Amino acid sequence: MELFSPTEFAKDKILSVQEYTLLSWHSLTNLFKQPRYIADTLQQADVIGVGSLPIVILTGFFTGAVLALQSANSLTRFGALSFTGQLVSLSMVRELGPVLTGLMVAGRNASGMASELGSMKVTEQIDAMRALGTDPGKKLVTPRVLSTMVMLFFLTIISDLVGLTGGSMVAVLLLRLDANEYWNYAWRSLAMGDVFQGLVKPVFFGFIIASVGCYYGLSARGGTQGVGRATTQAVVAASVLILVVDFFLTRLLMVIVPVR
Amino acid sequence: MANGAQSDPAGGEQKHPIVFEKVSIGFEGNPVLEEISFSLEHGETKILLGVSGSGKTLILKLALGLIKPDSGRIYVLGHEITQLKEDDLFALRRMIGMVFQESALFDSLSVEENVAYRLFEEHLSYEEIHRRVIEALRFVELENTVDLYPSELSGGMRRRVAIARAIITEPHLLLYDSPTGGLDPVTSTTIIELLVKQRDVYQTSALLVTHRLQDAYLMATHHFNRQANRMETNPEGEPVDTHTRFLLLRDCRIIFQGTATELASSSDPYIRDYLS
Repeated sequence: MELFSPTEFAKDKILSVQEYTLLSWHSLTNLFKQPRYIADTLQQADVIGVGSLPIVILTGFFTGAVLALQSANSLTRFGALSFTGQLVSLSMVRELGPVLTGLMVAGRNASGMASELGSMKVTEQIDAMRALGTDPGKKLVTPRVLSTMVMLFFLTIISDLVGLTGGSMVAVLLLRLDANEYWNYAWRSLAMGDVFQGLVKPVFFGFIIASVGCYYGLSARGGTQGVGRATTQAVVAASVLILVVDFFLTRLLMVIVPVR
Repeated sequence: MANGAQSDPAGGEQKHPIVFEKVSIGFEGNPVLEEISFSLEHGETKILLGVSGSGKTLILKLALGLIKPDSGRIYVLGHEITQLKEDDLFALRRMIGMVFQESALFDSLSVEENVAYRLFEEHLSYEEIHRRVIEALRFVELENTVDLYPSELSGGMRRRVAIARAIITEPHLLLYDSPTGGLDPVTSTTIIELLVKQRDVYQTSALLVTHRLQDAYLMATHHFNRQANRMETNPEGEPVDTHTRFLLLRDCRIIFQGTATELASSSDPYIRDYLS
């Protein structure tokens, strides 16, 4: 058996971080360089945005619903059941909407990107693209990064709204709360800082999903097995990164725009 | 393009489309090429021979700037590509056609979209693109496959589409990586005939990697007859220069450079063994 070398392991990891950083940096700087692949960006926006809509709606709806159901238990003990709308609203808009939408889109699209680009890599299509004078970063990475950032922003808004609707259905149908009261609490509890937090996060998460998916795809080696490995790694890394970045981003945003 | 890159000292783009000067490269501490030096003349086809893993494909990738050497200089079409930035390399690569070992066609694009890929990037009109695609596909005798996808083609057809994609922009230089690898003898001869036609009709300089000695000799001993529109054997007694030279790699170095006749008459035991 080959002996494990800590130095080689560390070098390998540092190289990966360097390559990921460069890919991420170029994916953003390419936005300001010619040529721009607008048709590819719109196509990706369709695949990522419209394609993810069903899972985002389902996830959002049932998250809001279960949130209302769970919170009702605790709130009833304090005689504060009418605050269900406020709890669902703040939880969905600040945290669960962006994070769960991010995780869903990561599962669907980071894997899709890694497998698509990975297959292209192992069949020399990426080399062929470079040989034909096209920068794969501009043609493949930047359109995916841009469209994921934009579409995740809108998907999160939809998820928040659908989540609140799910919560309201539980509140009205199961908890026998007044619908107006639920929506009134849900709406009035939201401050500028909450909405700002909820809308800034998906932009960062979108960037993580696309850049990680593309990085693992373009680093794929070793045939179909390598593509499978890259796909799994992309979903795991994107999901973990979303949760880690969420913590630090929340802390930062709380300082920038304080919430009540 | 080519900001700050030096010109080819060996005679410029017209005389030497490719010049390798003491090029070395290795992976994970193992050398693959050591101090390789050779040049490709204008209109010449150089056939790279050697056992598997001897670095033949690597030479093509180095010439295309897909990989940087550890040391040495490479001049392509008059530009020192070892000094060029990636953005400048993209511009240079548009003047070079490459046929990959496994064709490397874009599997989500149709044959027409594959062949026209470079023209779409140049934003030419659809009519112009379609005309040139049909012209390129006619050259490889596949003009009826425009709407098919690569998965619907045979191995030989995919290679021919890859050749059409490489020549559609009328490149100054062509790089072929085992264009007949894994094909039956009849299809291989068809592919070699296309390469001979490209060499003799358009005089495009080319580097060709192959494992099949019979294909290499076929290229060296045949020429394309324009009137008859077919490949013919060189007449005996009347020497025809097919502008085809051989280069043999062994143990990270070039051990032979010359014509087919010189290769066949070599007394080097390794070469004799390799040819047998």
